[in-house]
Amino acid sequence: MSDQSDLDNDRAPGEDSGGVDIRGKMVTYIVGFLLAAVLSIASFAVVHSGVIYGPGIPVALIALAIAQMGVHLVFFLHVTSGPDNTNNVLALAFGVLIVGLVLIGSIWIMGHLDHNLMPASMPAM
Amino acid sequence: MSGDPHKLGRGEIAPSERGPAPKRVVVAYGFWIFLLTDFIMFAGFFAAYAVLAKATAGGPAARDIVELPLVGGETALLLASSFACGMAGIATAAKNRFWFQIAMAATALLGAGFLALEAYEFLHLIGEGHGPQRSAFLSAFFALVGCHGLHVTLGLVWLTTMMAQVQAKGFRDEILRRIACFSLFWHALDIIWVALFTTVYLLGVAG
Amino acid sequence: MFGKLNWHSIPWDQPIPLIAAAIVGSGILAVLVWTWRAGHVPYLWREWITSVDHKRIGIMYCGFALLMLMRGFVDAAMMRSQQAIAYGNPGYLPPEHYDQIFSAHGTIMIFFVAMPFVIGLMNFVVPLQLGVRDVAFPTLNNVSFWLTASGALLINLSLVIGEFAKTGWLAYPPLSELRFSPGVGVDYYLWALQISGVGTLLSGVNLVTTILKMRAPGMGYTRMPMFCWTSLASNLLIVAAFPILTATLAMLLLDRYLGFHFFTNELGGNQMMFVNLIWAWGHPEVYILILPAFGVFSEIVSTFSSKPLFGYRSMVVATMVICILSFMVWLHHFFTMGAGADVNGFFGVTTMIIAVPTGVKVFNWLFTMYGGKIRFHVPMLWAVAFMVTFVIGGMTGVLLAVPPADFVLHNSLFLVAHFHNVIIGGVLFGAFAGYNYWFPKAFGFRLDERWGRRAFWLWVGGFYLAFMPLYVLGLMGMTRRMAHYDVPGWQPWLIAAAFGALMIAGGIACQVIQLYVSIRNRKDLVDVSGDPWDGRSLEWITTSPPPPFNFAVLPNVTGEEAYWGIKSTARDNGELSERPKYEAFHMPRNSPTGVVTAFFTTALGFAAVWHIWWLFVLGFLGAWATFVIFAWRDENEIEISAAEAERLDAERRNAKARLLDIPADQPA
Repeated sequence: MSDQSDLDNDRAPGEDSGGVDIRGKMVTYIVGFLLAAVLSIASFAVVHSGVIYGPGIPVALIALAIAQMGVHLVFFLHVTSGPDNTNNVLALAFGVLIVGLVLIGSIWIMGHLDHNLMPASMPAM
Repeated sequence: MSGDPHKLGRGEIAPSERGPAPKRVVVAYGFWIFLLTDFIMFAGFFAAYAVLAKATAGGPAARDIVELPLVGGETALLLASSFACGMAGIATAAKNRFWFQIAMAATALLGAGFLALEAYEFLHLIGEGHGPQRSAFLSAFFALVGCHGLHVTLGLVWLTTMMAQVQAKGFRDEILRRIACFSLFWHALDIIWVALFTTVYLLGVAG
Repeated sequence: MFGKLNWHSIPWDQPIPLIAAAIVGSGILAVLVWTWRAGHVPYLWREWITSVDHKRIGIMYCGFALLMLMRGFVDAAMMRSQQAIAYGNPGYLPPEHYDQIFSAHGTIMIFFVAMPFVIGLMNFVVPLQLGVRDVAFPTLNNVSFWLTASGALLINLSLVIGEFAKTGWLAYPPLSELRFSPGVGVDYYLWALQISGVGTLLSGVNLVTTILKMRAPGMGYTRMPMFCWTSLASNLLIVAAFPILTATLAMLLLDRYLGFHFFTNELGGNQMMFVNLIWAWGHPEVYILILPAFGVFSEIVSTFSSKPLFGYRSMVVATMVICILSFMVWLHHFFTMGAGADVNGFFGVTTMIIAVPTGVKVFNWLFTMYGGKIRFHVPMLWAVAFMVTFVIGGMTGVLLAVPPADFVLHNSLFLVAHFHNVIIGGVLFGAFAGYNYWFPKAFGFRLDERWGRRAFWLWVGGFYLAFMPLYVLGLMGMTRRMAHYDVPGWQPWLIAAAFGALMIAGGIACQVIQLYVSIRNRKDLVDVSGDPWDGRSLEWITTSPPPPFNFAVLPNVTGEEAYWGIKSTARDNGELSERPKYEAFHMPRNSPTGVVTAFFTTALGFAAVWHIWWLFVLGFLGAWATFVIFAWRDENEIEISAAEAERLDAERRNAKARLLDIPADQPA
């Protein structure tokens, strides 16, 4: 409907900086792929290798997972902090907020219910 | 209008006042919103899994059923598939039909490999009597992992349809928009898988 | 071959549903035969059923909602009459039937009346107010509508073939599990909601994208009419909440069909998880319904007070605050189910906080009216009734938000009175206000005022008579969903409530007559100018009804209240704005994709309910093939030429010139 399709102001989600620089695009994907692979391997390694203090493992795993999701978003989905991406990032932030509310809320509430409804004779789970 | 707060000083038009966005942006943005709804649906299954993970009813717990090498294989296949999908995107940008088909075929094969491993895992568990009917934990496990698998399956149906469409119609505008949406979908599935292998498999073994 | 379906699936021994079905069935058949004989079928197919025009789809949504309102109201009338007589005797409805009625009433009223009505209004109005030609995905819009209709069809089929759920409108497990509800009722419920839920979700995606990405030049976020803002918030909530519903119902389906143990009593299943998840959807859902109604009232109060909306920016902030907060209160639906003091306290407080932005809105409407030249047309009457009624309902809501009070009042008729107070007094009044307000835009003539007023007074009076007694009964300890009772003190109040329902029936009758009389007198009620109420936003700049493409040239917006600005400038200058340069443009072609998909999904849902697996697979393949065929078509747009656009726009400009009493364009 409009001719104002300039990339400077509005970018479609998943769209990279445009142009036909195939080499540059390849480099982005290869870097992303390597980073994701390294993070994945690190996650699997952390579980068994004993590099990390036992109780710290879950924290380390979650940190690695969040890092890898970030890598996917930046290198594969081309999410940036640029002004052309504001709308896409805001939508993503809204989604993350809801996901967080549902997950944390459910775990908190259900933990409470389980705790309060547990018959006294049974061992707590 | 004098004193209009919307004017940006340099005579520029604010981005929000430039009229309807081009179709390419509208379509991808709509699909982006749809993907967020998918993430939220997964959040429901993740929440159910988190709450029911301890409800093993005397059956196996996560640590008893997880085979890490298998999961590692699945992760590698899906990541490679995501990469191949990116290559298909580059071939699309270059309007190269040959490399597009090669890259999409690779994406499909790697995705199918992932599904085969998952099917093996599921059948193996069911064979051992650890099916979803065994306990609430196993129900949540099968539903969560299976929901992702179902997405991959539907993605494969979509992928092959796109391959046929590009072959029949070439890189038309609306087909380019659909390829962009498919690539968003496929990459998003990989992101879900990261959350999945971490919380279900790795934390299941570690926690 | 036919799964569980056989001759005995039809309840031959129950006269009420059979007679009802026979009457409705022959009615539908008569309408169909008449349409066929009169030769309207090709027109309906071409112009409505396959239409991708957001206005037509919006109108179909609203018409569908009005139809289903009657269906849901019949259930309500049966319950009120049953309770009015069932003191010390079983009444005329057997308990299994009564349970199906209240379950169907809630399900239909929320999913197939309130939802389609607000979605219909948003569909019709939002693109017009934004100054664009259609929504972001016109064909998808048509698919959404038909999926909603498909879900409703399944629910209505359950009346004759099989049974409906007896579990209440949210089908709590373990009652809704296979062990305690072995019949097909819950399956009908689940598949109907899954199919229509997909439709709602797609509609939400569509409208969010439309509002965020498709606005006329100059229509910045802070220049959007209030209704667009509340629609944005509402659709963001659809997008955020409906996936949770899909996931939750999918889990219950897995329990029922594949023997999973999400919510069962055995093997670690946890029914509280269902309650938790369903309300994580359910609370945002009520804001999905009420926020568009707030938007309708904002438009109406400002238009009929002849003033800009007071505190526009505070209204925007309040809307978005409600949007986020509504996702942080869901536990207040199950305070009594065992959470500790800190959880109950947290959710009680967040619930009370929501009253603050809502209060901001009420004050803004009052201040908009203050000092205005108020015209009490029918939409404005509904707005005033809403303000009074909704504040009462809101206050009882704040009362229920206090956990200790909720322990006394939960599950009683006090609660029933509260949520009808906000949903009827808020959503339904809003829908009726919007219906009267935008009807001339949709059809080119106004609705009859006299019958509109009669309907209004009967509805409002009937509402108070029907629901205020329920507050009293709740305080007297009467619980909800009772088929009969033994307390003599309750009966007078229940009889009063039944008379209230009778008054509402009178109101509905007046609305039907209003529609009939208006169509008969449409020559007198015609709206030539396209601006019957001296409106302020862009839907009134175009003709009534608007051309399929809404605007020959997208309007150029330079401030808040876009149309009011253009109108005032024209009035001050004594001439119309400069004639724009017309260009050819494209509009999407109509498509049967939606109705064909819905045909297959209905088959799929019906097959799943009755375990007819070959039909299930066929339904899925059919729906997929429909999409592939749609994706394969080459010609998907039609061109509107510049000359055609100019010709239609010239008529519009002349009508505006007459309205403003200024000279019309000279023929070029």
